[in-house]
Amino acid sequence: MKPLLNRTDLARQGQWRPMPLIRDVRYRYLLILAVLAYFCLAFLSIDVNWTRVAEGMGRAARFLSAFLQPDFTSRSQDIINGLLESLTMTLTSTVIGVLLAIPVGVGAARNIAPLPIYLFCRAIIAISRTFQEIIIAILFVVMFGFGPLAGMITLAFATVGFMAKLLAEDIEDIDERQVEAIRSTGARWLQLMNYAVQPQVMPRLIGLSVYRLDINFRESAVIGIVGAGGIGATLNTSLSRYEYGTAAAILIIIIAIVMLTEYCSGYIRRWVQ
Amino acid sequence: MPVRYLDNSTSLANAQWSAKTRKQQWLSWLTWLLGVSLFILCWKMISDNTLWVFVEDAPKQGADLISRMVPPQWDYTPKLWQPLWDTINIATFGTLLGIVMAFPCAFLAARNTTPHPLIRSAALMIIVSSRSINSLIWAMLLVTILGPGLLAGILAIALRSIGFVGKLLYEAIEEIHPTPVEAITATGASRLQVMAYAVLPQVMPAFAGISIYRWDINIRESTVLGLVGAGGIGLQLNAAINTLAWDKVSMIFILIFATVLVSEWISAKVRKAFL
Repeated sequence: MKPLLNRTDLARQGQWRPMPLIRDVRYRYLLILAVLAYFCLAFLSIDVNWTRVAEGMGRAARFLSAFLQPDFTSRSQDIINGLLESLTMTLTSTVIGVLLAIPVGVGAARNIAPLPIYLFCRAIIAISRTFQEIIIAILFVVMFGFGPLAGMITLAFATVGFMAKLLAEDIEDIDERQVEAIRSTGARWLQLMNYAVQPQVMPRLIGLSVYRLDINFRESAVIGIVGAGGIGATLNTSLSRYEYGTAAAILIIIIAIVMLTEYCSGYIRRWVQ
Repeated sequence: MPVRYLDNSTSLANAQWSAKTRKQQWLSWLTWLLGVSLFILCWKMISDNTLWVFVEDAPKQGADLISRMVPPQWDYTPKLWQPLWDTINIATFGTLLGIVMAFPCAFLAARNTTPHPLIRSAALMIIVSSRSINSLIWAMLLVTILGPGLLAGILAIALRSIGFVGKLLYEAIEEIHPTPVEAITATGASRLQVMAYAVLPQVMPAFAGISIYRWDINIRESTVLGLVGAGGIGLQLNAAINTLAWDKVSMIFILIFATVLVSEWISAKVRKAFL
């Protein structure tokens, strides 16, 4: 029997093939089999009511046509109120969240915080990052009642986890030489923070805050679904009334604002850094 | 660094140093003033729309909530396996469908592989609009159109994933090394062959990493899609919240937490293997 050709010989005969992603043959086939088995199982367990889907097609067409002629006027007051609420929630929650995140972030940086404080701050970050904004919103709505305050607290809470984690990582990456230089002048801890650490992390902190502002607006459009105020509530109402024109108008406004803030935040981040 | 002389002489001994010029100082004060007043204005709007009676007893409500949540109703777990399985399926099939659509989109949107600038802006438009709408909003739309169920959830996840995967992938494509492309082009390869043998191998690890990362995020997002009726464990969560069965809610939270941890662990492992 002819010995198995290796890849170089095959390539000389003009039968070259790209390297497989997984080297071991057995492992590769096992993985493929497992994936196929999962797909079969999963596919069988998804049951779709096709008649209902077919009925929905007419509605899909109406919705798409609503996108071509969105109705900004008939619910304009609701839309404006929702938008204003979303924007105010976004701004206040970002400011409060960033202010709260700075001490937490400083405490969660291993190179400047002692171990107990480090663990405490890391725990805060972990709690705030684990659950989705909407789940936190549910709990805060129960505690603080319906309205934008619950939404604002939710977004601020989520902002703390996000900003503190990135800030802590940033502080852990700073240039130690500058810290040493300031320390050797006999600076106190606060002076050390202000003159050695702050100038190194400030540009990125501003950039991240602007980025978070952007995220918070997007999220504020969602948490209204569970009663935490904002444009999400307006959107939810319009959809459950089957007012596709209004819903399309709201979606277009959301997309436009997100694009605008994304553009602005990209510009500000470039300008700061 | 600007220097202000305190007397009319120009001796440095009497000079006062400052980090900013007068104009810059004024400008920074003005910015702060504007920012703070904007914040106060926003705060006032929120406070006007809030019933402070409800806020005053928030600590009591919170304590009450926690006392109702603990202990979680452990024997509710068997009823949750099926919804959890649905949730994972929504995330997986949604991600798959999303990356299938995002893949061509990314190639059309990348500056170095796009066939025409006009097509590029159209692809970018798709990516941006998919990114700016949260998957819950997509789910809300699709539930009103297709009716509640898994299909709406899968499509919502897929539509949201296009933007995420598409954006990261097209950035990866734009950052590829040009030398392999030139080498393959020099052999007389067609456009598609250049894609397959020069571009694709370079972006494949990034693509796999991005997809797994998105799958991990999608698991998180699909746990709450049920709140608007798009299937999965969120349906149970919604039912438990509506009936104020907080011990069931906390059980569901524990399960979601565990699922998210496991998916994060898998995603980290796989990404490490690829990158």
